[in-house]
Amino acid sequence: MKALVFSRRPARYAAAMVAGSLRPGRGARYGPLSLRDVDPPDLPGPGWRRLRPRLSGICGSDLATIDGRSSRYFEPIVSFPFTPGHEVVGDLDDGRRVVVIPVLHCAARGVNPPCDMCQQGRINLCERVAFGALEPGLQCGFCESTGGGWSQEMVVHESQVVDVPDELTDEEAVLVEPTACAVHAAHQVADDVVAVIGSGALGLLTIAALSGLGTPRGPFIATAKHPDQQRWAKELGADTVCAPEELERIVRSATASLVLGHGQLTCGVDAVIDCVGTADSIAQAIRVCAPRGTVHLVGMPGVTTLDLAPVWQREVGLRGVYAYDEHDDRGHDFATAIDLIRGLDLGRLVSATYPLARYEDAVEHAANAGRRGAVKVAFDLRADRATRTGRSQTVYDRTAATRTQGDEESS
Amino acid sequence: MPRPGFVLEVDRSTPPILFHHGESLRLERLPAGRTRVLYPGEPLEPLDDPEGAIRDALESPLGGGPPLRALLRAGMRLTICFDDISLPLPSMRRPDVRQRVIEAVLDLAAEAGVDDVHLIAALALHRRMTEAELRHAVGDRVYDAFAPHGLLYNHDAEDPDNLSLLGTTPQGEEVEINKRAAESDLVVYVNINLVAMDGGHKSTATGLASYRSLRHHHNVTTMLHSRSFMDRHHSELHSSNWRMGKVLRDAGVHVFQIETTLNNDTFGTGGPMAVLQKREWEWTARDRASFLAMKAGLDRLPLKARRRIFQAWQAPYGVTSVQAGEVEAVHDVTVESVFRQQLVPIEGQTDILTMGLPYICPYNVGSVMNPILVMCLGLGYFFNMYRGQPLVRGGGVVIMSHPTTWEFHPVHHPSYIDFFEQVLADTTDPLEIETRYEKQYAEDEWYRHLYRTSYAYHGVHPFYMWYWGCHGLEHTGKVIVVGGETRSVRRLGFTPASTLADALEMAEDVVGRHATITHLHNPPLVMADVK
Repeated sequence: MKALVFSRRPARYAAAMVAGSLRPGRGARYGPLSLRDVDPPDLPGPGWRRLRPRLSGICGSDLATIDGRSSRYFEPIVSFPFTPGHEVVGDLDDGRRVVVIPVLHCAARGVNPPCDMCQQGRINLCERVAFGALEPGLQCGFCESTGGGWSQEMVVHESQVVDVPDELTDEEAVLVEPTACAVHAAHQVADDVVAVIGSGALGLLTIAALSGLGTPRGPFIATAKHPDQQRWAKELGADTVCAPEELERIVRSATASLVLGHGQLTCGVDAVIDCVGTADSIAQAIRVCAPRGTVHLVGMPGVTTLDLAPVWQREVGLRGVYAYDEHDDRGHDFATAIDLIRGLDLGRLVSATYPLARYEDAVEHAANAGRRGAVKVAFDLRADRATRTGRSQTVYDRTAATRTQGDEESS
Repeated sequence: MPRPGFVLEVDRSTPPILFHHGESLRLERLPAGRTRVLYPGEPLEPLDDPEGAIRDALESPLGGGPPLRALLRAGMRLTICFDDISLPLPSMRRPDVRQRVIEAVLDLAAEAGVDDVHLIAALALHRRMTEAELRHAVGDRVYDAFAPHGLLYNHDAEDPDNLSLLGTTPQGEEVEINKRAAESDLVVYVNINLVAMDGGHKSTATGLASYRSLRHHHNVTTMLHSRSFMDRHHSELHSSNWRMGKVLRDAGVHVFQIETTLNNDTFGTGGPMAVLQKREWEWTARDRASFLAMKAGLDRLPLKARRRIFQAWQAPYGVTSVQAGEVEAVHDVTVESVFRQQLVPIEGQTDILTMGLPYICPYNVGSVMNPILVMCLGLGYFFNMYRGQPLVRGGGVVIMSHPTTWEFHPVHHPSYIDFFEQVLADTTDPLEIETRYEKQYAEDEWYRHLYRTSYAYHGVHPFYMWYWGCHGLEHTGKVIVVGGETRSVRRLGFTPASTLADALEMAEDVVGRHATITHLHNPPLVMADVK
């Protein structure tokens, strides 16, 4: 079968770092990611099923990996070579259309008794992600044993699948996983004034979740760099949308803060949700956060240099928000995500799809999505199935409002 | 003998007409056969002896009260209040008439042995005056005698310890003014009445008031019922101030009002600017050369340099009258004097009103004319320069010429920036703005801090600017800005046009073809008496 494979090749990884720093997404061209013919992964054990992906999204964490920006922290909890892709909608071998909860928690790993976190329903915080019956891997898409969504076939544990309601399109379904992340983030805040930094796919979904769930008690502010992002952010419910450089001024006004030398605010918003994960965005989040407020890191950060003096002096909380979980009162974040997608018609956010063969273009498009007026870019594996029978593949780009003929799959 | 203002019917022989355009100038050819130009009167003859006129006014007050000399006694608390930097426009050459009046009052106070004297710049929610501005207004001698001892200062409308709540009007309007003035035995208020809106009870009830008090008349409802606010008897703004004036009087605040009027000599009769107050068909060859040279020079200079040049201009105004005594008696005479200079009769309304907005308005002295002030100057001040009925008919079009750059003075207008970025991005509807946003800005601690300690207009001030134009907004069917920065014009809710010809064509969509046009040739100041 065809699969994109990410190998442990240090020289190529270094090349990806350089290329990615010059132009986002260029790491796909020069790095350790390649399209190969590989054998489908073996079923790791009982309860495991084969899944043929239909659509598989490209996530910010995938882009960081491809461009060599990921922290080395992840090395012990991934296993090479792996096939990326953890935002997946596909068909099980019994014909059911499902989305995948990619976290490889105790149940999937055959770890019994499960760890404390898994027993509490907090599978995202599983303490056994490098143990059990599978190779290390915090999620499908980072684990050699399971494969990932950027391929024609992968394996999933029955505890990892959620049936897709018939009325949900594939485009909507592929957004369930990132929307669940956003739902999880939105559940962390119950504050009066909230700011969301970044209006990429994750940022916009977080905005949608905040407005859809109504978790902030007051109006919330969002930053968006590009005009299309600003339009989306407003449409999805942000009360105030501003350019990133305007955030301090907006927060000052919204919170009636005083201003110290160097423009430092004395007050701020109760909660900041950083959906970018860069040093600049986290530093800004800290700057606009109120004393005893919390900065929620939703976008995947890496190694950064930060001035933590305000965190110390203002007792600001710095808190990671990763993936999704299940809660006694509100159920699983995936279920909430499906409702949200249906209610807000979020399938509109899938801007472009590519065949696997055009992975370099796809990754570059995703890495420059905001600038190019796109939100979510995904691989479309439905056509890959068709090519086996001789039909051509297409690239679908909603942002260009055109449907163009793509490359024929080389095989 | 100066010639009065008049209305010119534009025909084929009419030369291009001068339009002010911020820190630059334009000559525009107006359509013949359907255009009128409302010209201001030439500057009235100034008083030969302003100091003598001031002394006479103080000795022979209007309204039947005793002369100022008789009101002064040793041991009394005397507070002299004076209009702030917003008057006159442009600022006048030294000596400022305020200085002349204040020196005369202080001479009498000294003769009477009054030694408890405070001088207060009655700036309401405007920015504080700098030392240089205060020196210009009151003169170096007065400044040096009082300011170092803390006896000459700016009114602080946000200092709770120095405000007095004196009561409420029958309409429930709270009257809260400067405590020192409220507790003085005598308040002498020194006005410059540049336009008919200025003076009267508004001087004290507004100039020395707090936000708590000002909000009762600086609001949308009041401004919509002030038609116009240049015509006191049809102005709810003034009715409210007059009610507050009665509360002040009943509370024992004794105000001795001194009002002064200036003539229209804005640009002088000599020098390069003189051509700006001549009628175009009377321009000599030298005037034309002078204008073209000035325009060419200005057009080549960067904006900041042009701004410096214009802002440095000081007008050679002449003082035309001085009145003193009881507030209302004084003000009635003052308004007549203002009208004598500025009021020009004109028959009927027009479909399209054009105006060239200059570089200055009351709130950007030494500063930037930001887009909100452009709106205020055009739809607030210029639109309201009428008595009777607006110059433009209901549903008509106002065409304003101004660059309207997206630029703000960060020190003077911090809340304007937020207003423009946040409030106007959301809505331009004055009532909605008032309801949803005013309180937040008015009570913002940071704006309060900047108003009190820096040189910032109060946080609520941009709201007042917007309210100032709300009668114009409601009355007109479309507002077009010629030569304005597109994005800022659109943010204001107006329509941008590259040229006047384009603007007139756009106006046809609203008022039809062959619409009548009236150009308000202002400045120097002119007010339409619309029959």
